[in-house]
Amino acid sequence: MLFEGNRFSSPFVTVPTGFCSWLCVVHRGTTTSETRPRCDWSFPYCQYTKEEPRCGKPILNNREPRRGKPILNNREPRRGKQEIMKWNGWGYSDSKFLFNKKGQAEFTGKRYRLSGMTLPSLQDWFENTFGASVKHKSPATVILNASVVPPPRLNEAFVENLKATGIPFSNEAEDRVFRAHGHCLHEIFALREGKKFERVPDMVVWPNCHNDVVKIVELACKHNVCLIPYGGGTSVTSALECPPEETRCIVSLDTSQMNRILWLDENNLVAHVEAGIIGQDLERLLNESGYCTGHEPDSMEFSSLGGWVATRASGMKKNVYGNIEDLVIHIKAVTPRGVIEKSCQGPRTSTGPDIHHFILGSEGTLGVVTEVTMKIRPIPEYQKYGSVVFPKFEAGVACLREVAKQRCAPASIRLMDNKQFHFGHALKPQVSSIFTHFVEGLKKFYITKLKGFDPHQLVVATLLFEGDRERVLQHEKQVYDIAATFGGLAAGEDNGQRGYLLTFVIAYLRDLGMDYCVVAESFETSVPWDRVLDLCQNVKERIIRECKERGVQFQPLTSCRVTQTYDSGACIYFYFAFNYRGLADPVHTYEQVEHAAREEILANGGSLSHHHGVGKLRKEWMKDSISNVGVGMLKSVKEYVDPENIFGNRNLL
Amino acid sequence: MASKTLYSQRDPMLKRDCFEDILEERRNSSDLKYALRCYAPVLYKGVTPCKANMLKNIVLQSDQLHYVINQVSQESGEAPDIIQEEASVILEEMAHRLQISTVRCFAFALSKAFKTLFQHVCVNEEGIQRLQQAIQEHPVVLLPSHRSYMDFLLMSYILYTYDLALPVIAAGMDFMGMKFVGEMLRMSGAFFIRRSFGGDKLYWAVFSEYVKTMLRNGFAPIEFFLEGTRSRTCKSLTPKLGLLNIVIEPFFKGEVFDVNLVPVSISYERILEESLYARELLGVPKPKESTSGLLKARRILSEDYGSIHVYFGQPVSVRSLAQGKVNRSTYNLFPRHIPRKPMEETQSFVNDTAYRIVRLQEDNMVLKPWVLMASLLLQNLEGLELSVLTEQTVWLRGLALSYAAFLDWPDQAPTAKVVSSSLALHRGLACVSGDRVSLVVGEPLGPVTPEEALFNRAVSVLSCASYRNQVLHVFLRPAMLAVAMHTAASSKKSEWPGLYNCFSFLWDMFSNDFILCPGDTVQDFEEACYLLVKTGAVQMPQQDIVMTDIGQPTLSFFNGLLEPFLQGYQVVCRYLCEEASEGLTEKQYIPAVRSFAVKLILAGNLRCYEVLSSDMQKNALAALLRMDAVRKVKVADQVTLIVNKMAVNSIDDILGGKLPTQKALLARL
Repeated sequence: MLFEGNRFSSPFVTVPTGFCSWLCVVHRGTTTSETRPRCDWSFPYCQYTKEEPRCGKPILNNREPRRGKPILNNREPRRGKQEIMKWNGWGYSDSKFLFNKKGQAEFTGKRYRLSGMTLPSLQDWFENTFGASVKHKSPATVILNASVVPPPRLNEAFVENLKATGIPFSNEAEDRVFRAHGHCLHEIFALREGKKFERVPDMVVWPNCHNDVVKIVELACKHNVCLIPYGGGTSVTSALECPPEETRCIVSLDTSQMNRILWLDENNLVAHVEAGIIGQDLERLLNESGYCTGHEPDSMEFSSLGGWVATRASGMKKNVYGNIEDLVIHIKAVTPRGVIEKSCQGPRTSTGPDIHHFILGSEGTLGVVTEVTMKIRPIPEYQKYGSVVFPKFEAGVACLREVAKQRCAPASIRLMDNKQFHFGHALKPQVSSIFTHFVEGLKKFYITKLKGFDPHQLVVATLLFEGDRERVLQHEKQVYDIAATFGGLAAGEDNGQRGYLLTFVIAYLRDLGMDYCVVAESFETSVPWDRVLDLCQNVKERIIRECKERGVQFQPLTSCRVTQTYDSGACIYFYFAFNYRGLADPVHTYEQVEHAAREEILANGGSLSHHHGVGKLRKEWMKDSISNVGVGMLKSVKEYVDPENIFGNRNLL
Repeated sequence: MASKTLYSQRDPMLKRDCFEDILEERRNSSDLKYALRCYAPVLYKGVTPCKANMLKNIVLQSDQLHYVINQVSQESGEAPDIIQEEASVILEEMAHRLQISTVRCFAFALSKAFKTLFQHVCVNEEGIQRLQQAIQEHPVVLLPSHRSYMDFLLMSYILYTYDLALPVIAAGMDFMGMKFVGEMLRMSGAFFIRRSFGGDKLYWAVFSEYVKTMLRNGFAPIEFFLEGTRSRTCKSLTPKLGLLNIVIEPFFKGEVFDVNLVPVSISYERILEESLYARELLGVPKPKESTSGLLKARRILSEDYGSIHVYFGQPVSVRSLAQGKVNRSTYNLFPRHIPRKPMEETQSFVNDTAYRIVRLQEDNMVLKPWVLMASLLLQNLEGLELSVLTEQTVWLRGLALSYAAFLDWPDQAPTAKVVSSSLALHRGLACVSGDRVSLVVGEPLGPVTPEEALFNRAVSVLSCASYRNQVLHVFLRPAMLAVAMHTAASSKKSEWPGLYNCFSFLWDMFSNDFILCPGDTVQDFEEACYLLVKTGAVQMPQQDIVMTDIGQPTLSFFNGLLEPFLQGYQVVCRYLCEEASEGLTEKQYIPAVRSFAVKLILAGNLRCYEVLSSDMQKNALAALLRMDAVRKVKVADQVTLIVNKMAVNSIDDILGGKLPTQKALLARL
């Protein structure tokens, strides 16, 4: 019984400050939402970490002090966050889940609110859900073995010319491998297993500014070198994988040094930013001036502005701030044909098809985004989490649909299914006092016994409101009133916050799963409202059936949430995981199941992708998705912009 | 669970389950206790059963129905409320009101009746187990064969016996005419649909939404008869697609993950309506369903109707069938609640599925020894020596078994005993006088006109034919090849392209009379060759198909088997060429062909009685219409038949064995 050990809070029981904040090591005040101008956005992201310069032994590199004139920031050149991140898993090296000797799960490090805590119910949940056991370990290779990395195929002339420009570069195995992958299951699995790489970039360059990129692209064209832009490396579509058939020298163009805010215009509320900046840095720097972009994709700790543009990213709070395509005012990108940009920053134009839309979602096939002018907003005065429990998923979806209809969605509104609700609860840290224990018990009693909610059916919607205090409270009432008409019970701020926490630690949890023979992945789609329920249902059933047919010996975990709402439909996010003990080739099995799940999504009226993109993983469905003519149009653009296929990552088409 | 093998090469040696007699327990324990026992079936994904009223509300409030109501309201200028009211009335007339108390009454009464009427009611329990599993996994559609009024009572009875969810059953409106009984049926799960409502949008919308709502929610298995009506001939009828379309659509629209189609074969050793059917086929109109009629039919309670075998086939997953055949995403661009004509791709899929399900029903039909005997007797209308009949029956048994017939032949009993007990059970149809076995011809009272004598004889022949028809699906394909070989032999064209053309002509010609899956001509031809070679009747050296030394009896039996159909179709052709007047209406057609045939028989020019069957006449006309040899023209209220005499004549010739050159044949057809 997963539910037994878990509790949730509801507003019916007033919880004293300090007891309810079991998510935080240090109580920060946001959770109880007293008025407090929000001048940092500490939860649930990690704090910015000052990184130490690396003392590697470059074989062939060329790093010099930079010549940029940063306006808002000034840092030494380095290899992005590579030094403090795992080479074969998600996120920071110091942060990971593990099962300790006492049989309890803990999250190491100091970066997150969950860091340093023990999670007493996680192991039970894990073992029960997957039929897994902490005795069956499948540990990862600890160190990258240089012998599995193919030797670089360098283009000598290109290297010579590059040296002359003074732009830093490297062909060290570690640097190359680090940029040879995203975070697809098969990529991480291969890294953990220490498998031999078929193809990795032959070298990495670190341009420092737009002009550096222009020079690199010119040289690449001159010497017929393949360029693959690299931002935060969080792709989950095999977009960063080097095409094995590529015989030219592949250069990974790492934008991490282009991370400055070049100017900020408070009259028009826009900022001009270099595209290599990482989401959390951008937000932190803007916060210092009292602003934010409000663009918060789940990967924002690591993903870059250029990456968002190139994949048509979507942020958690898009209901207030918009998705990336709504946020950008101006894009500057370097293509083999030259630089593409618009001549003005008019808020809307009618000048033929919007050229931004050739770049948005181009996935690095046309060029490199170097600078972006983006809308900014003053930091909201007040922020409040919330949650609503519904007796059934159907009721929850109906409520979200109504909220969308009335166009009163909070900054974020998500509906987690029952499995995800339990999953979230498994991440509850140790309860420190008997009193809390008692209160939690009361709450559970209230919902399941007095209200008659079935613990195996109920679902929870998590909410995040933003704005000035009065309006937030008004807004909150409106949403809770709608929820009540669908049988929803307000279930407190903690539950809401915990829901968002899950999305930020989910990738760390996957690493934990992989330590114990469990493979996992997430995927998403968007679908009209009337098909939401059927799609969720059918995709889950398809996954279960496919797993069975492919000899997966344990019941897989399939869980979904409605993670964004729109006027005419919703974005659905799936988690899928299974215990692979007894399978010869778990990754292959996994891929077959995911493939089937995607076919099911398409057959049920879902889109090929809402925000992950196409990459190479979903290329095969492009023709059916956008028609032959559509593919032809994209091809002809590629043909004109990059006839030599310099940007040769072969994504999309 | 569900069979994926439906499309794969048919396995001639099907593995079949064993039967259990469910009457045995009824004979040994209290019927009352049985009727009152605890009944708690498992439902689809554990849904709770839905009250009939709640179901009606769901239907009346559905987007689908609202859309059509508004549409009809706009077209007719009537206020939507009034149309909504109409819809509610239609639904009231249609909907079932399943009540467990009524079901218990039936359970009690039927136990009594079955024990009197039948020796055994046998059910394959493995099939029941598969069904139980299937009901929990996906919405289930039960598709029984339809030979008797008994069918759906029997189905519900069996499901009740095994504690399975009771189905809701699509029944024809004519039952509703029966006072009281109609309501009883309604309370045991029947819902009533009008026989024809072609243009009535509202009716269609209410009806299809009603069925789909039950299916989507999995409240109960849905049961209907693919054949649309009881088969009066005991041949499977070509399937009707309307309801099948409705139950499959929720899958295409993604409203359900899958739909399981469960073919059920119900075989009667003797059909209650046996001689009624023959009379009906001969033009004595079917008695209107009425309660008093039912009471009169009590007479039948005193007779022995042998056994019933009910075989629940392997559930067929629509999802597996549709894999690679229908692209569901074509449904993405149209709102799901707006009714739409199915796309061509879908239509042909549904058609194909329907045929395959009917074939699955056929495959699991249990055949009794009498069926073989009837086939032999019909080829020897003047009678047969008992010993010859016995000997030939044994021979035919071997043939049938090697063609994978599902033959229920008593294992231990000596052949003579099997034959004599079959004759005893069917003493109304055949009699033994001295050493000779021949068909019984009903003794009419008073003076007999030649027409009356002929009519009586025809009743016997058609009744007997209804038994022979049960085995036709086993022999059909090789028999058509045998006929083709016979025809080809007379025109000296035994090489197989010619044979194939001839086979394919017959295949086409008879595709209203028999279940021939559209597009399967080649596969059926191969199957025919395979089966004939397997039993040693023919050899296939290179391009030829030649009869072997031992092939004669088989081939001539097969020729004899199809002879009535060949002759019947020829008579129809001849009538259309020689006798039919200019303004022949569709209504006049059947009586006119009948009297033409009667004339021929009385004049001694025709010995085939089966052409008198309206079923054959209709099928022949349908074939000619399909082949464009006859056209329908609507003049005023009448539908007139325009005959292309040249074409009909040449079809007649081919059927008669005068094979024109293949090119000419193809050009004309």
